[in-house]
Amino acid sequence: MTNTLRTPYDGVAIAAPVTIPYVRYSIESAQWWIGRALSALVAQAGIKASDIDGLCVSSFTMGTDSGVGLTQHFGLCVRWLDTIPLGGASAIAGLRKAARAVQAHDADIVACVAGDTNYVDSFRLTLENFSRFNQDAVYPYGAGGANASFALIARNYMRTFGVTREDVGRIAVAQRTNALRNPYALMKTPLTLEQYLAARPISDPIHLFDCVMPCAGAEAFLVMRDETATSLGLPAARLLSTIERHNAFADDPMQVRGGWAMDIGELYAMAGVKPDDLDVVQTYDDYPVITMMQFEDLGFCKKGEGAEFVRQHDLTIDGDFPHNTSGGQLSVGQAGAAGAYLGLVEGLRQVLGTAGPTQVSNASVALASGFGMINYDRGLASGAAILAGPSR
Amino acid sequence: MIEPIKPPPRKNPLLRTRLPASPPRPRSRISHGFTRAAAEGRFMLQCCAACGSFAYPAREACPSCLSAGLAFVDAPRRGTLLAETTARVPSDVYFRERAPWRIGLVKMDCGPTIVTHLHADCAEGAAVRMSLQLDKSGQAVAFAHPEGETPNMADDKQWREMTADPKFRRVLVTNGRSVIGQEVVAALKAAGAKTVFVGVAEPWRPFAGEKLLRGQDGIEIVTLDAADEKSAADLAADIGGKVDILVNTTEYVRPGGLLDRRGTSTARDEIDQAYLGFINLAQAFGPAMRMRGADGISNSAAWVNILSIYALANWPAFGAYSASQAACLSLSHCLRAELRPGGVRVMNLFTGPVDTEWFQTVPPPKVAPRAIAQAIVSGLRGGLEEMYVGDVAEEIRQRLAANPKALERELDR
Repeated sequence: MTNTLRTPYDGVAIAAPVTIPYVRYSIESAQWWIGRALSALVAQAGIKASDIDGLCVSSFTMGTDSGVGLTQHFGLCVRWLDTIPLGGASAIAGLRKAARAVQAHDADIVACVAGDTNYVDSFRLTLENFSRFNQDAVYPYGAGGANASFALIARNYMRTFGVTREDVGRIAVAQRTNALRNPYALMKTPLTLEQYLAARPISDPIHLFDCVMPCAGAEAFLVMRDETATSLGLPAARLLSTIERHNAFADDPMQVRGGWAMDIGELYAMAGVKPDDLDVVQTYDDYPVITMMQFEDLGFCKKGEGAEFVRQHDLTIDGDFPHNTSGGQLSVGQAGAAGAYLGLVEGLRQVLGTAGPTQVSNASVALASGFGMINYDRGLASGAAILAGPSR
Repeated sequence: MIEPIKPPPRKNPLLRTRLPASPPRPRSRISHGFTRAAAEGRFMLQCCAACGSFAYPAREACPSCLSAGLAFVDAPRRGTLLAETTARVPSDVYFRERAPWRIGLVKMDCGPTIVTHLHADCAEGAAVRMSLQLDKSGQAVAFAHPEGETPNMADDKQWREMTADPKFRRVLVTNGRSVIGQEVVAALKAAGAKTVFVGVAEPWRPFAGEKLLRGQDGIEIVTLDAADEKSAADLAADIGGKVDILVNTTEYVRPGGLLDRRGTSTARDEIDQAYLGFINLAQAFGPAMRMRGADGISNSAAWVNILSIYALANWPAFGAYSASQAACLSLSHCLRAELRPGGVRVMNLFTGPVDTEWFQTVPPPKVAPRAIAQAIVSGLRGGLEEMYVGDVAEEIRQRLAANPKALERELDR
């Protein structure tokens, strides 16, 4: 375990996990979805909107709006504001910034929100306009979007470490099993390994059930200090540690590891826990092969042993390694930037004991990770956080 | 291993002709360094003047040392294909109708990794040779080729999208009376063109070289006087839907500039023949070509202009002619923009004085008509947009880039 000089997140409380149930397509705007999430936060926490004095927002489909436009739109008057365009790493990044803001009394109650709509053509438009490198040097090549980019990474990873589709498929199949207990998951039918293997190819070796379904939805939570949560009578989780990293391992010719691998020692040292101590793990699962990579980079097994790890463990809610208990993006859907929040919000519910049908019994410590922004040939942004519930 | 493409069957006139779609077009401004390279068939990457490292995609500062001195330089083409994938359900119309489409990630020997289109014979783990091509949007893209020659290599489906290979295509050569026109006909025929239509004004009048054209298999003499609007329109009404490549071989060379050639009658002829002739041809044949950019294996693919290098810098000895060529060059850029939605490329071939009658008094070096014809074929096969044929054209280009004022003074002799 590495020593860390970082200030602990003492006194930081995370509360009020909110999910606005997803729909495949929506005629409402991203602003509508974010508005619903803010409204649900206020209702769940029993506060007034005017009590929110910090706002952190992530979305791909807000058009010309950023966070500041939303303050006027929603009648908020905040003294701390951030707009985080980090895709799948937005939730972790938002959480760690908000935590420092409340710790320093720059704000008292920060609403962290992500929401996106999904019009019939909005996913294609997001792909077309994703980033400059993508527009210059990726999208004109077959316009396969993230599927094609991750296919290259997956193919190289699977060949390098002798991983089969069956190994990867176990992750997707287990998540579907979990999703069947989540009434809000868009995927409602069971998935067998045979069905997974027989699915149509999208961009070899990525097949249909390796892909997330773009949809509309929103996720949110509140960050405040302990005493604020106590005075509001709000059950809250503590933040034990976080890591964040961008453009790690730039010299690797192809991505076989994410930024977590640089910072993993610090993640556990700061939290004072070991990987074995975690009760539930929520990885960023845009493609199960990326989840397998996270199992390695987050320290559950060594590099190259992800497939064996998956074979040795039961990843379902009642299994020995409860993972993506909501069903994850693969089975719940990917509501744009809200996909980054899905795991963190579900992890928060787990340690608060409010996950309902997907609750892991006696869950008190959870890890959630994020991964995002395939700017050119690899995902650039990575992050992770460890939360502890009141029972610990 | 690529199966050779087969001659396309006769088109069923009852079926709808597929309209062309374009691959994604937006690019950053700096990334048009690749467009410039691709237009001329060069392979260029940004190389840092301060630390010498190569960078890709196009950047504004060196990722090794943050220097802004990232010039595009000719770069080594060799790399290794690290991984490939086949996009089967792309989100964009152009690729969706051409799926499955293979792409890969290549690690260049000189450093960067490049997402690239793949020739079918590229294999994972093996060496590849990179080129920059212009796609059907006219934008530069990277293309990986196998390192060595493979059978029927030019027939690769993805490669054919990047080129305008004459094989199995029908070509209109607009002036068969000239030596250049006749050489172009022969070269295109040898390159596998299905039919070469050869425009001849007043074809009952005998002309030198007629025997090379008449009664030859796959060569059809058609009546065309490009300077005559009605003649161009009449021919287009007849064969406009069958022209896949048009080579504008209109020539009208007369010596002289402004002060020693009194009046405007010669200048008017130059404009009528070269400039208005170009307009007539474009208006007659352009619209159908633009419509047929996705019409199967023998879709319309290219428009070729043969321009004097003095279109770029006036040569007073042939001053008015130079000006008419400059007008045609400008017009070609307009045509390029207007044909772009059809994926039809406009290739300009710049030449110095040609070894023909009207340049009789000009000292060598002069360009052989056959060299022009061969350059056209190689340019079409390589998917180029600009070509400089012969030593004079190449020299003028370099001098123009080095110091346009020096060139202007020195052409005045």
